[in-house]
Amino acid sequence: MARSITYREAINEAIAQEMERDERVIVMGEDNVGGTGSPGEMDAWGGVLGVTKGLYGRFPDRVMDTPISESAFIGAAIGAATGGLRPVAELMFVDFMGVCFDQIYNQAAKFRYMFGGKAVTPVVIRTMWGAGLRAAAQHSQSLLSVFTHIPGLKVVVPSNPYDAKGLLIQSIRDDDPVIFAEHKMLYDTAGDVPAESYAIPFGEANVVREGDDVTIVAIGRMVATAQEAAEQLAGSGIQAEIIDPRTVSPLDTDTILESVENTGRLVVVDEANPRCSLATDISATVAQDAFGSLRAPIQMVTAPHTPVPFADSLEDVFIPDAQKVANAVKTAVEWKK
Amino acid sequence: MTGTLPTSVTQELGPDALLQAYRTMRTIRDFEERVHEEFAGGDIPGFVHLYAGEEASATGVCTHLDDRDAIASTHRGHGHCIAKGVDVKAMMAEIYGKSTGSCRGKGGSMHIADLSKGMLGANGIVGGGPPLICGRALAAKQLGSGGVAVAFFGDGASNQGTTLESLNLASIWNLPAIFVAENNGYAEATSSSWSVATDDIADRAAAFGMPGVIVDGFDFFAVYEAAGEAIARARDGGGPTLIEVKFTRYFGHFEGDQQLYRADEVAQAREKLDCLKRFRGRVTETGQLTGDQLDAIDVEVAKLIDESVVEAKAAPKPGPDDLLTDVYVSY
Repeated sequence: MARSITYREAINEAIAQEMERDERVIVMGEDNVGGTGSPGEMDAWGGVLGVTKGLYGRFPDRVMDTPISESAFIGAAIGAATGGLRPVAELMFVDFMGVCFDQIYNQAAKFRYMFGGKAVTPVVIRTMWGAGLRAAAQHSQSLLSVFTHIPGLKVVVPSNPYDAKGLLIQSIRDDDPVIFAEHKMLYDTAGDVPAESYAIPFGEANVVREGDDVTIVAIGRMVATAQEAAEQLAGSGIQAEIIDPRTVSPLDTDTILESVENTGRLVVVDEANPRCSLATDISATVAQDAFGSLRAPIQMVTAPHTPVPFADSLEDVFIPDAQKVANAVKTAVEWKK
Repeated sequence: MTGTLPTSVTQELGPDALLQAYRTMRTIRDFEERVHEEFAGGDIPGFVHLYAGEEASATGVCTHLDDRDAIASTHRGHGHCIAKGVDVKAMMAEIYGKSTGSCRGKGGSMHIADLSKGMLGANGIVGGGPPLICGRALAAKQLGSGGVAVAFFGDGASNQGTTLESLNLASIWNLPAIFVAENNGYAEATSSSWSVATDDIADRAAAFGMPGVIVDGFDFFAVYEAAGEAIARARDGGGPTLIEVKFTRYFGHFEGDQQLYRADEVAQAREKLDCLKRFRGRVTETGQLTGDQLDAIDVEVAKLIDESVVEAKAAPKPGPDDLLTDVYVSY
C-alpha cells in the first residue's frame, strides 16, 4: 500500500526493513544514534539531519555512533563487510570523502579485482550531497563523478522518495560496495511510497517524462528542475523526454542512446562542476555512440567551475535552474548549421 | 602500561607446534631469500618488499590464530601470508604474475590475499590495514564468532592518521583487535628514531587507553608470549592491545634499494640476533627438539620453495579476457 512519505522517511524505512529482514545489517556513523555517552535520550539526533532517527530504539545492538574519525569507521565498515556483516555507514557530507577516500577507492573498490575475484564487500556508504542549503564550499559539493570514475564502486543517486527506498534496499542487498548519494535538498520532499519492501535494480534508468523533441538527462535534484523546464517548454510546443539514470555506475546508456536516437538532441543537467563530470561523461558517450542521430550540439547545463559559494545571491545562480535548462533546450532545438 | 616482557618464560608449546613454528619461519626466510635472487635475475615484475629478518613477528602472532581470526598486512606482506596459511606455491605464482597465483595474477606481491584463510591482503597503502581490522574485529564481536583481528603495520604506518584513528576506535568500541607495530627501524629510508615523536611506538598505546608492550622481534618466544596475552585478552572481551615488535629487516625497503642510509646493522643482526638461529639454539638446548628434526624441515622447505619457483615460472599468464573480469560481483 502506497502512502505519501518524505525522502528522509523512505530512507529510514528502507534501512529498518532491511535490518528487520537480515540481522547482518548494521548501521554506523557520526551521531547516527546521536547521544552515545551523554545522559540524554540515546537517539537524540538519529543522524545530523535525522535520517536514522528511531533505528537505535528498534535495533540497539546494531546501530552505533562513531567518533568523528571517517578513515577509521568507513574503513571499519568495509572491513566488517569482508567479515560477514552488511554495514550501512554514513559519511555525513560527501565533502568529507577527502579524509577517508583511501579506504573507499584503494581498499573497498579494489578488493575484488586485486584479489582475483575472491573478495565480496557488501558495504553501503550513505552520503549527503548537493548545493542549496547555504552550507558553502565544504558541505555542498556534488562529487559523484569522482566515485563513478572508480571501477569497483557502484554509485546510486535517487531523485525521489520511491526510488530512495527501492534503491537503498537494493544497495543493502547488493554484494558490491555502493555509494548511496542522498541530496540534502530532497529530504523533505514527499511522494508515494509502498509500505512493503521492494528493490529497484541498478542500471535501469527511469523515463520520467516522454517527448520527441529533446532528451534531457538529469541527475538527482536536477530531475525536478528538468521537469519544471519541460512544463515551460511544453507551452512553446517543445516536448522534452526526461531521463533519470537513478544509478550513474552502472549507467543505463541504452535508455539514453535510444532516446537520443529518437529525439536527435541531448541536454545533460548536472549541478556538479563541469569538468570531468557526469555531464561530460554522458555527453561523450552519446557523441561517440549516437553521433549519427544528433541534429544539434549536445548542451550541458552545470554549475560553473567554481567552489560552491555561501551567499544566497551567489548560490542561487551557481545551481542550474529551470530557465537555464529551458534555454539550453531551445538552443538545441533552434540550432541550425 | 608499556613494558618489556621477559623472554625466558617457559612456553606450553609442544614439539609439533614448535616444529610448525620453525617450519613457518624457515619457509618465510627461504621464500624471501629466493625471491631476492629471482628478482635480481630479472624474472619478477614490479615492486617487491621482503620480510626476511622479521619472521618471528608474523609467526609468533599467527601461531595463536585460527580460522575465526583475520589479519591485515602491509606492502611487506609475504611473511604474514605464509604465517596465516596462504598456499606458498600460489603466492610464488602470484609474485610472477601467473594465472595460478593467489589472486590469479591480478594482485602481485603487494596485494597477495586469501580471504578463505582470513588473510585480508598485503596492502600497497601504508596504514591501509588498521581500519579494516577494526571492521573485522567488529564483525567477530557482532557475530559472536570468538574471533580476533590483527593489524600488522610498520613504523611508517604508525604515523598515519588511519592507524591512530583505528587505535582510538578499537578502544572505544572495545574491539577484539591487536595492533602489531613492526618497527624495523626505517620507513622506506627514513629512520623511525627520527620520524616517530615518542621514544617507542608502544608509548602511544597509553593515549588510546590500551596496553602497550615492546617485544624483541628477533625472539619468537617473546613475540609468542606477548601476542598470546593480548589475543587471550581480546577473545575474553578485554579489548585491544598495541604490541611493538623491534627488529631489523635484512633487505632494503624494496628490491633494488642500495641502502646507503644504513651501516652494517644487517650483518650484525644476521650474525648475532637472527630469529631462526635463536630458535634453534633455544629448543635444542632445552631438548624440546633435536638438530636433526630442524634440519629435516630445512630440507623439506628448500624443496617446497624450489618447486614453487619452477611451477610459477612454468604457469600460464592470465589471458586478455581476464582483464575485464572480477571488477564486480554483478554489474
